[in-house]
Amino acid sequence: MANSTAQVEQYNYDIVRKFTIMALVWGVLGMTAGLYIGSELAWPLLNFDIPQITFGRLRPVHTTLVIFGFGGSALFATSYYIVQRTCQTRLFSDGMATFTFWGWQISVGVAAISYMMGYTQAREYAEMVWPIDILIAVTWVAYLVIYVMTLRKRSQPHIYVANWFFIAFILATAILHIFNNLAVPISLFSLTSYSLQAGVQDAMTQWWYGHNAVGFFLTAAFLGMMYYFVPKQAGRPVYSYRLSIIHFWALVFLYMWVGAHHLHWTALPDWTSTLAATFSILLLMPSWGGMINGIMTLSGAWDKLRTDPVIRFLIVALSFYGMSTFEGPLMSLKSVNALSHYTDWTIGHVHSGALGWVAMITFGSLYHLIPRLWETRMYSNKLIYLHFWLATIGIVIYISAMWVAGIGQGLMLRAFDQYGNLAYTFIETVNFLHEPYVARALGGLFFVLGIIVMTFNTFMTIRQGRREQALLEAKLAAKLAQA
Amino acid sequence: MKHETIETNVGWLIILTMIVISIGGLVEIIPLYFIKDTIETVKVDGKDTVHPYTPLELRGRDIYMREGCYLCHSQMIRPFRDENIRYGHYSLAAESRYDHPFQWGSKRTGPDLARVGGKYSNEWHLQHLVNPRDVVPESIMPSYPWLTEPLKFNAINDRLKALKATGVPYSQTQEEYQANVERFGKPTADMLDINNAEQNLIDQAQDGNYDGNRNDITEADALIAYLQSLGTMVDFSKFEEGYFAKFR
Repeated sequence: MANSTAQVEQYNYDIVRKFTIMALVWGVLGMTAGLYIGSELAWPLLNFDIPQITFGRLRPVHTTLVIFGFGGSALFATSYYIVQRTCQTRLFSDGMATFTFWGWQISVGVAAISYMMGYTQAREYAEMVWPIDILIAVTWVAYLVIYVMTLRKRSQPHIYVANWFFIAFILATAILHIFNNLAVPISLFSLTSYSLQAGVQDAMTQWWYGHNAVGFFLTAAFLGMMYYFVPKQAGRPVYSYRLSIIHFWALVFLYMWVGAHHLHWTALPDWTSTLAATFSILLLMPSWGGMINGIMTLSGAWDKLRTDPVIRFLIVALSFYGMSTFEGPLMSLKSVNALSHYTDWTIGHVHSGALGWVAMITFGSLYHLIPRLWETRMYSNKLIYLHFWLATIGIVIYISAMWVAGIGQGLMLRAFDQYGNLAYTFIETVNFLHEPYVARALGGLFFVLGIIVMTFNTFMTIRQGRREQALLEAKLAAKLAQA
Repeated sequence: MKHETIETNVGWLIILTMIVISIGGLVEIIPLYFIKDTIETVKVDGKDTVHPYTPLELRGRDIYMREGCYLCHSQMIRPFRDENIRYGHYSLAAESRYDHPFQWGSKRTGPDLARVGGKYSNEWHLQHLVNPRDVVPESIMPSYPWLTEPLKFNAINDRLKALKATGVPYSQTQEEYQANVERFGKPTADMLDINNAEQNLIDQAQDGNYDGNRNDITEADALIAYLQSLGTMVDFSKFEEGYFAKFR
């Protein structure tokens, strides 16, 4: 690691560098796993009759690696960076920060391997078995302590808005994780457990967790990222401070109500899902509040879109954020949900948020961060442009394919012929999905190629940073020798 | 209080955030435990017809979870005409009341399985699990040839005890057994007795002959036993029209 002594004293960048590298490693692995399972749906031959790589076991590997591995590591990296910069103080406790690094990486890595071996809680996005859940909980508490203690020793009177979002994200994730994973292990030496709750209450708790994994892990925290890196990269202050206050409180309040829109028309009582739908529609306002605040921050600096590829990532991310937070409330309407639920439309929606918003804002932020962490320029600006286009084209192909697949299948399943019989069998709709699935795999391939280009670019940047550092030190030594 | 107070005090920020994020969950989750109509009453001749899984079915369900079946198959039929024709009566909350965790699913890459029990023969299921394309040529489901391997069931007592700790009425004492006889009738109560779990599992696998091989108890035995039980616990012909609609 190239770390000049001056900065070791002021900020802990070492931990930020570690998490940044792991974000890219998990990103490549997790997105490749996604590409593979997407391809398995197009060509089931790819399951190869090998238990460890069948769709059902590999799908949690994909979601865990991209959400917690890629997204989580990126959040640790950027939040540790942002809290130090905005508080103008060094991170509280290097030892605890290193503990969060290993706690998190081990959780993600062991989780992925355990799913492939068949150990799972069978709860979407909370598949980790109970010992991993405990490790995550401990790691998370350390994260909270570090964050709060760093905020407490800040040398600025104000807590910058990005940090509100990170605090809300850390608190909410702790509550969600603990309550959703309550379970009784079958013995102390077994990885198997049964969830404490059953049926309808369990479903409600799981989707309260599931949707707020989206709301806090994948939205609030990434808004924190946005509130630091967008103004920085644009060289302009946040558009409206008042708007950020209003949309922060509205967002964190409303999100917690909307999980039950995943359970429309199920055995969950109507009052609950209706309440969730109502709050989902209200949620459009704070979501767009954040989007508007981000985009308007760029107003007056639009010319930078032509010259700065990093700004492009950020503005496309905000656009997708606006689009998917419009699509979400739409899909939470009971009449729309009747068609969209259980279909690939949901998968498309998730990816317009996850690829378009989460991944793009991360890429933009990391491209801002990496040169600063290794004290050099990015190795290649052209490769950033290439990544931008690969990612953007990939997302567009992906979500278009899923719209066709989801809406098409939804319409086929509810179609009746002139005699009042079902017009299609289920397997006919599966047949119909083949072409959209092939197109989706292609879109995914573009996106994976994009992050591979980024990883290469980062690797070369780090090498370049080290070489420059070595050169500088050699010069300095020569000067000293002369003197 | 001015907002500036919150912006300059991390304690206030944490306290207020905690309050604001707690409300939604409290309002939506807690009442589900206390509103009686949340889970329908399903009694025929005074007996509960929805009962916990037998030991063999439970092991089948474990395999269902292990292979991630819930990622492509839902177990939740919605009250729509097309779903009614395709899958049967819409699912009741009562039908998954012993599901730890619930397996309603969120995606139908394959069809819903909430009422798949009794729809196909055991032979069909075995063939379909080992190679789906033998019976459904266009299927995109993975093949599961390894399900013909022997079933591990040495921890079955621990499993039932863990579930009992969560509130599932498996019986250990004579009193609990008697209570189950009252509630579910003797044949079911016998299957829920933890003291006999292993023998019950072996008997059901051999009598049911789910995998067409009486000698070995395989994972396929368990999984097919589970699949054949899905959606069979409520006999809708025993209830008058609109009875279940009252609970919605």
